[in-house]
Amino acid sequence: MNLALSDEQEFLREAARGALSRFATVEAAREALEQGPDALPDLWSVAQEAGWTGLLIDEEHGGAELEAFDAMLVLAECGRVLAGVPLLGHLPATALLASSDEAPYLAELAAGEKRACYLPACPPSDLDASWTVDPESGAGRSPAPSAAPAGDGLEISGRLHFVPDAPGADLYVGVADLDGEAVGFAVEAAQVTVTAVPGYDATRRLGHVSLAGAKATRLSADAAALAGAWHLTQALIAAESVGTVETALDVSVEYAKERHTFGRAIGSYQAVKHSLTEVLRQLELSRSLLYYAGWAREGNPEEFPLAANAARSMAGRALDTAARTMISVHGGIGATWEHDAPLYFRRAQLTRRLVGGTNLATDRVAGSLIEQAA
Amino acid sequence: MDLDDTPEQAAYRAKVRSWIEEHRDEAPVLRGENALTDEDEIVTARRAWQGRLAEAGLAGATWPKEFGGQGLGPIEQVIVTQEIAEAGIPGILDAIGVGMLGPTIIAHGSDEQKSKYLAPLLHGDEVWCQLFSEPAAGSDLAAVQTRAVQQDDGSWRLTGQKVWTTNAQFSSYGLLLARTDADVPKHKGLTMFIVPMDAEGVTIRGLRQISGEAEFNEVFFDDVKLPADAVVGGVGNGWGTALTTLMYERVTIGLGGEGFGYSADRFREVIAADPVAREDHEVRHVLGELSAELLGVRFTGYRTLTELQRGQIPGPEAGLAKVTIVSCAIRAGDLIADVLGPEALEAGSEWAYMISFLPGLKSAGGTEEILRNTVGERVLGLPPAPRLDKGIPFSELRTKEGAGA
Repeated sequence: MNLALSDEQEFLREAARGALSRFATVEAAREALEQGPDALPDLWSVAQEAGWTGLLIDEEHGGAELEAFDAMLVLAECGRVLAGVPLLGHLPATALLASSDEAPYLAELAAGEKRACYLPACPPSDLDASWTVDPESGAGRSPAPSAAPAGDGLEISGRLHFVPDAPGADLYVGVADLDGEAVGFAVEAAQVTVTAVPGYDATRRLGHVSLAGAKATRLSADAAALAGAWHLTQALIAAESVGTVETALDVSVEYAKERHTFGRAIGSYQAVKHSLTEVLRQLELSRSLLYYAGWAREGNPEEFPLAANAARSMAGRALDTAARTMISVHGGIGATWEHDAPLYFRRAQLTRRLVGGTNLATDRVAGSLIEQAA
Repeated sequence: MDLDDTPEQAAYRAKVRSWIEEHRDEAPVLRGENALTDEDEIVTARRAWQGRLAEAGLAGATWPKEFGGQGLGPIEQVIVTQEIAEAGIPGILDAIGVGMLGPTIIAHGSDEQKSKYLAPLLHGDEVWCQLFSEPAAGSDLAAVQTRAVQQDDGSWRLTGQKVWTTNAQFSSYGLLLARTDADVPKHKGLTMFIVPMDAEGVTIRGLRQISGEAEFNEVFFDDVKLPADAVVGGVGNGWGTALTTLMYERVTIGLGGEGFGYSADRFREVIAADPVAREDHEVRHVLGELSAELLGVRFTGYRTLTELQRGQIPGPEAGLAKVTIVSCAIRAGDLIADVLGPEALEAGSEWAYMISFLPGLKSAGGTEEILRNTVGERVLGLPPAPRLDKGIPFSELRTKEGAGA
């Protein structure tokens, strides 16, 4: 039994914290709300220098060949400071490419000379027979893009909405339906139309992606690897959320110790204390589920979908609880731009709706358990 | 990061498993066909079974060898618990004695007490109960009012009442926290005693719960005479001694994890078996949320084990695991009753029993509110609420409370 971080993992985490601390990312998150994404610092070069771009690519292709859990540690550090490093798009895309034979541009992607974006497609479940993608609006999900054979490759058509890190990527990697069979594909930016969407949280660079007969390379990744990219994204979002919850809780606890009413610190009141311990409770459960996801991804892949969905579900709830508690502990000021709390709140509300959303992950936890039942 | 045994742990597990395979037919049958039903027979059989487990080194694995234990670490204890659960056979009867009270005596007892009490406790020959809580002292344990007054010959006279006492009806001894000095602040005037449950003046009365069963007792003490050497850990040191017991209680809860039997795997079966519920979005949402929490608790338990393996003691945050397990089980019971309807509440239904048991479990081993206070103060570092009892002699405190202060 060993769920402790290794020395290398401690170092990876400390290095990530150190690298990101050189930028005023939280201030940038506020400025970007008014001035647009140009106000955000260029963190891709940080990712490049730190080697995060090749985290999940094998050493043969110039990557670091680390595990999903290591990537989750980096994402948690990004989440702590609301850093918009475009790894949610890049890492699952590179994981999918790395599990395919003859994938394009792996060395460039590992070095960060090119940036990939994953086009999230949700695998079938006990209730849904087909692969789906996030819709532009509404409770229903949209069908995954369709593929047609074209020479050695494929032609892909379809639309995906609110795709993280879509604007400005060099390579788009996703899943399409080829006569009822799911296939992986990669297309170059020139084949794709991306419409940037201003995010409620300006640190997120989202885009609607349109493919109209896009010329694509067919990937050899099997169905498990295609589904694995979706679940890896769930786990990465969970990790990033855990980092954000950590900061929201720390800031709230400090304030609850300093702010006095009726002659005593507000943190001494049971109502305030209990709401903060509830954030801690949800945070600890989320953190434990990151370990579950990291462990399952390496050693017990058949449990990874359940673990990743459980982590996403729990961390999404923790994110909402933490962001709302942060505002209520700070009182009125917490709901104004004078304070950072609204930035965490915006992060929480948008994140909970991206890539299937927290509720879909929660439903899939139930689905996995129902399928496992005797 | 792995959940696997080290080679040493795997060897230990194999040893435990082979002993269980060889002896499982000797274990009392508590469920299904041929199950024992008479309570006295069950207790007798389980005591004998605890003796067999103790002889095999499967009770009190963490106890020092000189007291009959194996001198092993908490991981080995967990391995024993896991293998016993896996085999579907009962474990030791006196988990409170072996897990909490024996270790307290090992830490604070005299040599005479250790040689007299520990071996029969471990082997199930003498069952022990924990006499801490009182009608007016639960969350605020240091407010106990049971009085022990020292006589001229050094012996003690004990008067008062304890409550929520598990196993008292068949216990030989109880570890009892009493007030020996009311003229000092309340944490200072306490002393721990060993009380023979068959002493004159001890009355045990079953306390029926929502389910109708009496798993707890009230225990009354009417001028019970105790010898001078009944004191554990010194006169006036009762609070420190009690904290040791409570620390072991935390360890037990922290490692217990799913020991309560409330797991995602168990609850999913009911939902999966109902063709409408399994496709109902609201049912799935609730099942998904509570299952994610319970899976999280399982891995929190593994994190706790990792810390224990590295020689760290679980902190008060282990109490949050109990909050989560209980609140999830309450939610699951509610969901299952919604799905099954009144059938879930019929006599004999496992769900009726669980649903009835949980409201009390919410307060057992520290109420949820107190656990959240402790975690808020000790883990998050939040300031405590102002207290009106600090530094005030216990006798004056009672007067103040009466005056509504």
